[in-house]
Amino acid sequence: MRWRNTEDSYGVVSVALHWLMGFAVVGLFGLGVYMRSLTYADAWYLPGPYIHKSAGVLLFIVLAARLAWRFVSPPPRVPLTLTPLARRSAALVHVLFYVLLFAITLSGYLISTADGRPIEVFGWFAIPATVTSIPHQADLAGSVHLILAYCVMALAAVHALAALKHQFVDRDRTLLRMLGRGGLP
Amino acid sequence: MSIPQRPLLILAALALAAASFGLPGSAAAEVEKYAIDAAGGHASINFRIRHLNFGWVYGRFNTFSGTFTYDTEAAKNSSIELLIQTASVDSNQAERDKHLRNKDFLNVDKFPTATFKSTAYKEGLGSSELAGDLTLNGITKPISFQVEQLGNGPDPWGKYRRAFLGTAAIPLKEFGISDFGPTARNVELTFVIEGVRQ
Repeated sequence: MRWRNTEDSYGVVSVALHWLMGFAVVGLFGLGVYMRSLTYADAWYLPGPYIHKSAGVLLFIVLAARLAWRFVSPPPRVPLTLTPLARRSAALVHVLFYVLLFAITLSGYLISTADGRPIEVFGWFAIPATVTSIPHQADLAGSVHLILAYCVMALAAVHALAALKHQFVDRDRTLLRMLGRGGLP
Repeated sequence: MSIPQRPLLILAALALAAASFGLPGSAAAEVEKYAIDAAGGHASINFRIRHLNFGWVYGRFNTFSGTFTYDTEAAKNSSIELLIQTASVDSNQAERDKHLRNKDFLNVDKFPTATFKSTAYKEGLGSSELAGDLTLNGITKPISFQVEQLGNGPDPWGKYRRAFLGTAAIPLKEFGISDFGPTARNVELTFVIEGVRQ
């Protein structure tokens, strides 16, 4: 397997980024929902948000790197068997993923830095606060973060179902391609 | 018979009005009215609560307003009313404040304001006692403040000021608010009330 994408197959970098971020996004969503249910003195009350914020910052960095990689090594063409509607909706879903994930990570940043404190990332480094004076910043950013998180999970469900449909109903090897195996029909 | 008496009645009414409103030194003049100087930052609604067995967390409500009266002749007639915007809770930690605003604690979407209205004031030599009704999280309970008179007199800018310090401890559960463990069942309130005489 190559590092870079080719005309009709994904390279290692794109495949690894796809699955890493897929699991990270679902994991962060699960942790986020769980930690919101906790009350004071629960064991995860402190480490939950700490891990969520640290991993969220790393996700943002990987997201930016992934967007940059699209320009360095563009993704392969879509299968010729795709209808124009399927092409357009696939492209739209991919754009929405980027928009949503940037909006979610940035709104999360605005919650945690609303009082001017930096975000500690696993004690390795810290992201300083910048915007702190939006009225009711923590609450507003919190609502945006929550609603968009549900949106991205809905989108992920659509994305996963579409991938399964293409792999097993249309049999166009979509899922195998994302595992780095096989070219395009 | 009734017609000639009408001018007399009017005169009598005018005389009564003059007696009640126009004469200096009437009893009503002893009740001083004050607007609490929240805008100038000379009044504050503060609280503190223990963090487990360790430190204290201090916080405050940044946005509030209110008025009080002080009766220099009969202090027991003095009164106060406060209106506190609960969303303005500030413990100097944005995520904690966000959590405090949610339904586990202050429930600010449903109950955006807390109020305190005094019902009785007993002035003592050292400290005084102010009783009243606190409405917090939609629940009204009587509470009692220990009050210390801090000072009164003209300020350098032509106004007359009067200030008090009030402290009270309230059990969070009674107001439907989750507490923070055995060391932190109560929250201590410290109100600094400085008013400008109107």
